[in-house]
Amino acid sequence: MSKSLNKKFHLAENIFDSPDQVPARNGYGEGVVEAGKADDNVVVLCCDLTESTRNADFKEAFPNRFIEIGIAEQNMAGIGAGLAFAGKVPFISSYATFNPGRNWDQIRVSICYSMANVKIMGAHAGISVGPDGATHQAMEDIAITRCLPNLTVIVPTDYWETKKAAIAIAKIDSPVYMRFGREKIPVITTEKTPFQIGRADTFRNGKDVTVVACGSLVYEALVAAEKLSKSGIDVRVINCHTIKPIDEKTIIKAANETGAIVTAEEHQVHGGLGNAVAEVVAKNSPVPMEYVAMMDRFGESGEPNELMQKFGLDSKGIVSAIEKVLKRK
Amino acid sequence: MWNSNTVLIILKKDNQPEGTIILAVTDTQIEYLEDMATHIREDVIIMLEKAGSGHSAGSLGTADIFSTLYFHIMKHDPKNPDWEDRDKFVLSNAHICPVLYATLAEAGYYPKKEITTLRKLGSRLQGHPHRGALPGLEASGGPLAQGISIAAGLAMSARIDEKRNRIFCMVGDGEMNEGQIWEALLFIGKNRLHNFTLIVDRNNIQIDGFTEDVMPLEPLKDKLTSFGFHVIEVDGHNIRTLIEAFDETIFEKPKVLLAHTIPGKGVDFMEFKPEWHGKPPNKEEAEKALSELEQLRSLGGKITCEHE
Repeated sequence: MSKSLNKKFHLAENIFDSPDQVPARNGYGEGVVEAGKADDNVVVLCCDLTESTRNADFKEAFPNRFIEIGIAEQNMAGIGAGLAFAGKVPFISSYATFNPGRNWDQIRVSICYSMANVKIMGAHAGISVGPDGATHQAMEDIAITRCLPNLTVIVPTDYWETKKAAIAIAKIDSPVYMRFGREKIPVITTEKTPFQIGRADTFRNGKDVTVVACGSLVYEALVAAEKLSKSGIDVRVINCHTIKPIDEKTIIKAANETGAIVTAEEHQVHGGLGNAVAEVVAKNSPVPMEYVAMMDRFGESGEPNELMQKFGLDSKGIVSAIEKVLKRK
Repeated sequence: MWNSNTVLIILKKDNQPEGTIILAVTDTQIEYLEDMATHIREDVIIMLEKAGSGHSAGSLGTADIFSTLYFHIMKHDPKNPDWEDRDKFVLSNAHICPVLYATLAEAGYYPKKEITTLRKLGSRLQGHPHRGALPGLEASGGPLAQGISIAAGLAMSARIDEKRNRIFCMVGDGEMNEGQIWEALLFIGKNRLHNFTLIVDRNNIQIDGFTEDVMPLEPLKDKLTSFGFHVIEVDGHNIRTLIEAFDETIFEKPKVLLAHTIPGKGVDFMEFKPEWHGKPPNKEEAEKALSELEQLRSLGGKITCEHE
């Protein structure tokens, strides 16, 4: 374990030594069952993707509270709003390209404008869905949700965090969008890692530069930081799982103390985490910034790791972004 | 006023209900509801003229349905708008919200003097309904077809909780061009949401012209029947037949009132004129409309169906 890792987050012991690999969606599936046990009002709506969105366990545990919608994401968003108005806590789930992609207008008016307590679950998010190709690679979902008033946007980093987030969002009375991927990704947190909506967690202390990352890119950022520590560069790594409302305090502190910021996300460069961080930095403490993100183009078919490499969404891409930003410091 | 009604239940041989309950209403009740419809129409004219924009034709065309629903059919309590067991109404063709606002004011959900604030800065009467802004609004609306899915969610929730309240939803016929309508109809039909009643405002007009020219809906009754609904065609201005249609209880099936209405009904120079879909009357036109409506009332509140 690196000494720079922040002990209060109880990160996995084997984080740099072949960490466990589990899909984040499994965390959602287990978390929503826990949420269902804690609150009878939790219901799950699904668009013909029960197994792959990991709703099968909920369906088995609470058959009367699982609602099959068929392939109709717009209808699902509206039915979710109606259920919420009647006191239910609906989780509406499909792939992120469709939910919130296809049903954005319904999310805007039926849910957000009306403050419907609906939890929007975007599965198979990001380019790591791989062989299905660009049509199914949700790379714009953070942008189109972050702009909606009343909506909280969460991008958990791994299996454990997704599970905790699913439980936590069921307890707040407002609409939430949460995205997670399909593939197995490193489990970097543990059962003991604290999770709080709206708080960015400084997983690694550092004074030369900060990487603010979300989703699976947090792991890649930690790996990049370890690599660079060998050449004497001290990298701070922040897990910014809540994109909205963003933790301004932690970001401003990082800008002031490290003087340079790199953001890293599995999303388009326009409108995602990078822009959210830039908004805070530009207003409060302008410092040089670089973005690790999809550079305004569509993806393509390929294996997840091939695609992450090709588009620089990995530790190597983060290392070069850090080197670039340090030259501008 | 609220006389007890005559109830007729048709039973099958095994004493299970066949499906039809007819509730008789008195002439006095009908007259009261017709008079209320005229009040609602007057409110609509007043609020639209003051607002300077908004949708006249659909609001006037559905006043009889709103009067029947809110003053006879629905179980609701304006003094306790969040009453858990209330019947709920969702306006999916939400651009005709002046008629809903007028009805809510007449029912006592909020002070009637507020109707003149429609569409003005700071008003609770937003150009399209905003849930939470005004008591009695069950949903926000505007982008078409969203309301029917919300209503389906309300009905599903009542089903899960084994509640006995009814959910009503109105859609416009032009609105049925939207794919989401048919997604919702599939869902409601599949789940046999018998607590759900859809009202189709079949006025045959949408912005670009007649519905059958823009995007034909016929045979609409057959389409709705094939989706698993019990369809009742009804004159949307005949309160007695509206009541009979609403009261007809269908077991294990959702219901549709295919309500034939005349856009602009009650104001002669607006009736069936597409140009009145999305515009308000000016001061002079409003005065003319109000005097026509007053005449109607002095004739005993009767709105005849001579234009059909």
